[in-house]
Amino acid sequence: MSPKEKQIQPFLKSLPQNIFSGFVVSLIALPLGLGLAMASDAPPIAGIITAVVGGIIVSIFGGSNVTITGPGNGLVGVLIVAITTLGLSGTYAAIVVSGVMLMALGFLRLGRISDFFPSSAIQGMLAAIGLIILGKQFHIMLGHKIVRDNNLAYLLEIPHTIYQSFHHTDVSLTYAAIAGVASLGIMIIYPKLRNKYLQMIPAPMWIVLLSIGFSYYCELVLGVHNLIHPDYMIHDIPKVNQIIADIHLPDFSGISGFLFWDSVVSLALIASIESLLSIKAVDKLDPLKRRSNVNKDIKALGLATIASGFLGGLNVVTVIARSSVNVNNGGSNRSANFFHAFFLVVFIVLFSTQLTRIPLPALMAILVFTGYKLASPLNAKEILLIGKEQFIIFLVTLSVTLTVGLISGILMGVLVTLIIHMFIKRNFGFFFRYLFVPNVLMFKEEEDKEDSYFISVKHFCTFLNYYKLKNKLEAIPETADVILDFSMCEFVDHTTMESLNNYQDLFSKKGGNFDITGLDMHNTDSVHPFALRRVLPVAKMLRDPNFTKRQKLLKEIAAQYLLNYYSRKRKEVEFLEHFNYFTTKQVHHICNQLSNIETGIHVFDVEYSEGEFIAKEVIRSTMLHIKPQCNIPTFTLDKEGFIEKVYAFAGFKDIPIEDHTDFSKRFYLKGENELEIQEFFTDDLVHFFESNPYYHIESNGKGILIFKKERLAGVKELKALLDYGKRLKVCIETSSKVYSTENQV
Amino acid sequence: MTPTNFNTIGIGIAFSPNLKANIYEASRLALRFNAKLILVHVGKRTTQKEETLKSILAPFKQEQLHYKVLYELGNPVEVILDTIKQQKIDLLVLGALKREKLVKFYVGSIARKITRQANCSVLLLIKPSVHRVPCKHVVVNGLSSPKTSATVAASFYVSHTLEAEKITIVEEISQQQVQVKVDDDKTLRKATIVKERIRLREDYRVKQILEDIPAPYKENVQIKTQSIFGKSGYSIGHYAQLMRADLLVMNGSDKHTFWDRFFTHDLEYILRELPTDVLVI
Repeated sequence: MSPKEKQIQPFLKSLPQNIFSGFVVSLIALPLGLGLAMASDAPPIAGIITAVVGGIIVSIFGGSNVTITGPGNGLVGVLIVAITTLGLSGTYAAIVVSGVMLMALGFLRLGRISDFFPSSAIQGMLAAIGLIILGKQFHIMLGHKIVRDNNLAYLLEIPHTIYQSFHHTDVSLTYAAIAGVASLGIMIIYPKLRNKYLQMIPAPMWIVLLSIGFSYYCELVLGVHNLIHPDYMIHDIPKVNQIIADIHLPDFSGISGFLFWDSVVSLALIASIESLLSIKAVDKLDPLKRRSNVNKDIKALGLATIASGFLGGLNVVTVIARSSVNVNNGGSNRSANFFHAFFLVVFIVLFSTQLTRIPLPALMAILVFTGYKLASPLNAKEILLIGKEQFIIFLVTLSVTLTVGLISGILMGVLVTLIIHMFIKRNFGFFFRYLFVPNVLMFKEEEDKEDSYFISVKHFCTFLNYYKLKNKLEAIPETADVILDFSMCEFVDHTTMESLNNYQDLFSKKGGNFDITGLDMHNTDSVHPFALRRVLPVAKMLRDPNFTKRQKLLKEIAAQYLLNYYSRKRKEVEFLEHFNYFTTKQVHHICNQLSNIETGIHVFDVEYSEGEFIAKEVIRSTMLHIKPQCNIPTFTLDKEGFIEKVYAFAGFKDIPIEDHTDFSKRFYLKGENELEIQEFFTDDLVHFFESNPYYHIESNGKGILIFKKERLAGVKELKALLDYGKRLKVCIETSSKVYSTENQV
Repeated sequence: MTPTNFNTIGIGIAFSPNLKANIYEASRLALRFNAKLILVHVGKRTTQKEETLKSILAPFKQEQLHYKVLYELGNPVEVILDTIKQQKIDLLVLGALKREKLVKFYVGSIARKITRQANCSVLLLIKPSVHRVPCKHVVVNGLSSPKTSATVAASFYVSHTLEAEKITIVEEISQQQVQVKVDDDKTLRKATIVKERIRLREDYRVKQILEDIPAPYKENVQIKTQSIFGKSGYSIGHYAQLMRADLLVMNGSDKHTFWDRFFTHDLEYILRELPTDVLVI
């Protein structure tokens, strides 16, 4: 089979599933497209044009797999402003130019522009967009159309509109309000009903079907035109030939104006942010765990937006809600996006007259619901849990976006975040001094055969320079083991923590392992795992510790292995005395202990220092201490050539073990009492060492100390260490029994 | 510029709190390398200064250290650069400054200028100590540059003399060399393969350099190579700091064009924030 055929066969096999998924998605895309376009003050058909053009172009040129493209929620706010200031034709021009801008971003590989914004600011902006949508459409939903000149006024009038809806003088308006409230009810209740047959058709389509059914019921059974006021019905759904006949050509006459460029930049910015957030989120849902080519997708979205702007459509963005429906219904490649566009065309061709039977309030209820989802108080609560400072960023961005505009809002969010960071760090020059200096080191640890990457970050890691870390992370296959060390980094912000958490999920999904170390000594203000972390000169000792993810995992491991977990620092380190390794080092404390006194196994992070005064180096490392229930000689065993750790033993030479030249070649065995050691190393023990990974092993006559590297171990490494120690202990105990019984005989 | 031997060691001295430690380090080095020590002070000669130096150097005088103190007036950079030429200094020792509060080390502008322009090797000390701290781990750059073989040879010579136990040769490979941009799974696989290929090539190159090192220098020392994909000049410093290396050996910079002031390159990252003691060959 040629490689091409190999690709085609599974494609054909999955085609029916993708056609079906595309069909289901189109059922949502139809009402949403109409609604979003109307919410933006554009003709309703513009939304459908957007979805069709987007679906076709992005499915051909895109770089992601299971995403669906079409008109997006986020752009509603910008489009309203653009249409009121530039007019419809002027807005189409702005859309075309914003498409060019998006393509440019794609070609410049700046697709990840959203990484440069603090995540709380983005959350605030999204919440503001949600409120803008909700505020405007809420009135239409209750049959009380109003026109105000700013977003806040719409929100403030909501109570008045609710009051009004009970006092409509015109009954047809009351019917309109009932249709709106009923639809909102369907949107809210639908996700809670887990009926298989009901779920076949998505909620927005239920609303469409029910309202069209109601309209026919009025006409055929009751014999009246429609109970709902004609102003609250969709009127202008043109036929296909009409659509082609009156395409609005974009009017580029406003291109020199500030307002034009303000709209263009807002459109491009919001389109890229919304698309990227969606692509990222959808990649997590992808059953085949593929990685989307973001820049290619942005280019395709830009191209689609240009085409859409010329054909009378809006900005094409990747949309999360429709994409997740696509995944849930078995969409597995871009053809689903294509078929969603195809079915939309079919609907318009066949049912364009039926669509005029949909009442506006019903459609707007769908938007009110999505708006509410974006601005949900639960999101705000979650942010408050992460930290008060994040909540301030969120609130500032939200209020500035609502009152001034999107671009000012997001810029204000960035500014406030910066100021808050400086304030928390209590240092104003810090961030600027290291902003343009590289701060990330990544290398492959070559001692092991396995793919194991070590990344170290210096100075600080916030939204300002997170892209540097991200670039390195992107270049690691998700099947590898990664240790990310923050011990040289003084400040890690919430944006970074959140994004790293996504990486952890991604790695564990694809079979890799992603550990973050070195954060245990950073302080936080809340107990949330994504809380901002920084090193302060004076540690807050009395506060309850906020466990890092590593500490939480350690706690879990402790439970699994029947060990006690103790996270706080402890100074009782006498048991580490008389180990050669520590003779030249000063042990400060141990923390993150996992221990079981009965079995004599004890894993811990130890902090110790080498040298003194200004030559002092503080080192943190994970070690295992076991206490076998038998006599053991004092010795040090290590990999051959690993001299630096045994220099304290200078003067002793490698002790050969009889009949095990390979063992002697591979390991350095040193100790004072040569005879005792030779007796202690029985065949079983030698085989054990030969067949297991290398560790540095030391005995002080009472206990055995085992560790691998002079740094904190990741969770996976720690488990391996624990397992190794357990088996070694058993091995030593059984072999020493043999040895002592032999002696007795 | 190939330093087969450090015969004359110079040290620029200022009467700072670190004076004693700096001189102790330099004197110990001079004894180790069997070299003559030349102390250069830019400033007036006073009896008080002379007394101080005499008392500091007294213990080394007993150990047969040959030294000479020069008092010169003028622009510190020019004076020291002139002295290097006149006295044929092979290795210049300079103490770096510590940034208070942050406990970070950086090179002052004078030391930086000298390091850039000196035509001898320069050793920058960040934590000079009166008592000897053994130098255990040496990290040396393995850049693909004509200077590298000399630098690696010199680092073996120094490690041998200082009885270091481990030498790590770090090959920094810039991202441009990979030429594959990671966008999705396919490009990632491709990039990983390309990187592996470059890594093997670099390892081979370093091995070639190592073959030319005289055998006695390679005895009793553990040799490791580590390739790092990252910003060249920066990664090695971060690596040395992370690995707690005692000495970092770098190629000297050979370009002093106008543009170098704007685009920080190789050595500049390290001079900006010294990760450990740095020897520039």
